Amino acid sequence: MSEPEPPAPKFDKSPFVLAATLTLFATVAAALLAFGDAKTRPEIALRLAEDLNAILSQVVPAELHDNELSKDTLLISGPGDTQTTVYRARRKDLIIGFAYPFTGEGGYAGPIELVMGVSATGEVLGVRVLSHTETPGLGDKIELQKSDWILGFDGLSFTTLPPEKWGVKKDGGTFDQFSGATITPRIVVKTVKQGLAFFHDHQSTLFAPSPQSPAPQSGEPTDD
Amino acid sequence: MTEEIAPERPDYKAITLDGLWDNNVVFAQLLALCPLLAVTGTATNGLGMGLASTAVMVGSGLSISFLRKWIPPDVRIPAFVLVIATLVTLVDMAMNAWVHELHKVLGLFIPLIVTNCAILGRAEIFASKKPLLPSTYDGLMMGTGFTVALVALGAIREVLGAGTLFAGASILLGDVFKVIEMNIPAFDGMLLFALPPGGFIVLGFMLAGKRVLDQKLAPRREGRVAKAEAHPV
Repeated sequence: MSEPEPPAPKFDKSPFVLAATLTLFATVAAALLAFGDAKTRPEIALRLAEDLNAILSQVVPAELHDNELSKDTLLISGPGDTQTTVYRARRKDLIIGFAYPFTGEGGYAGPIELVMGVSATGEVLGVRVLSHTETPGLGDKIELQKSDWILGFDGLSFTTLPPEKWGVKKDGGTFDQFSGATITPRIVVKTVKQGLAFFHDHQSTLFAPSPQSPAPQSGEPTDD
Repeated sequence: MTEEIAPERPDYKAITLDGLWDNNVVFAQLLALCPLLAVTGTATNGLGMGLASTAVMVGSGLSISFLRKWIPPDVRIPAFVLVIATLVTLVDMAMNAWVHELHKVLGLFIPLIVTNCAILGRAEIFASKKPLLPSTYDGLMMGTGFTVALVALGAIREVLGAGTLFAGASILLGDVFKVIEMNIPAFDGMLLFALPPGGFIVLGFMLAGKRVLDQKLAPRREGRVAKAEAHPV
């Protein structure tokens, strides 16, 4: 007597019916999502633009310029093989400053993303942290919400503070470290210094007249 | 998992008790711990995550119960996942558009609602077998139970960890709710409770607390059940 065959998997319906049912479900789901996307896309774009403007106005004071920063962009290669989107601030068509995001590698727990504003004469107008993963309670004093440490950069330039002085006090520089966290402020100071150097390295490109059309250029501001 | 045998008439009281207490997603089923521990640094974040999850649970209860006759049992799991993923994506887009500030805080965890096994679990156990109304109600109660857990955990961690309560609630609920934002003077909180280990510690105490309460309540409940059996309505 032979062993009974193991029962073949039993489907109530043919695989084709099953596939067709799932396809139908997926189609309806796709239609719903397309509808939702169409409804929310303009709103989301608006919100992202507001976010960008809010950040930019923190690093380039609104009273200094009369143009819309997010519409006057420039794409510059570097640092490394990355590209940096630069937002230019003008007053009466004269360039008075720039704002650009800059990423500091080697934070305590990953990169620290900053956005900084620099005046046409190379002074720091403002620095803000966009995102970081530093330890809450220790390294997060780089956020303006937690501490005004980040305001210490305002008004500084390589003229008023020579590049070798850009460091935390522990390294012979002039910036305070936080108790219990040296790595985080060290990276931020280094990144701001690199950001300023970026300004000095690219002066010719930064001040180059852009095509007069105010249409957004290759660097879409919503890309960050 | 124990589930009462479906009575002919849906027992809404049982569904309510199940969702809020007996079979609470967090305190009884111990599901959804990843978003739970990640977002409950503050009560407000917990509330936002809870409301988003509730919306998905109600929607999934409703749609899966509605579709249950057309979903072939052989492919029900992919069909459920498809329904839930669609709902989550819709909620994600809506939050991004209309409660953008909160979306920035919870952003990463909203898509993860898909992986909240509690939702798929309710779809499989409840919504795929029961009529429309009880299924929707079950989703609402399970979601409410989850929200209560998130807010409670968030509130305790926020008070202990940051010395505030409902910070940022006005962002989520509108400026009227500015009054519930509280700050405990002269207490900046203990860092531990803002970090994930603090979440585990507080959750542990809350689970223990539920056990103790359940034990205290048990004799009384049994008495009530016995009485109900003696005098059927």
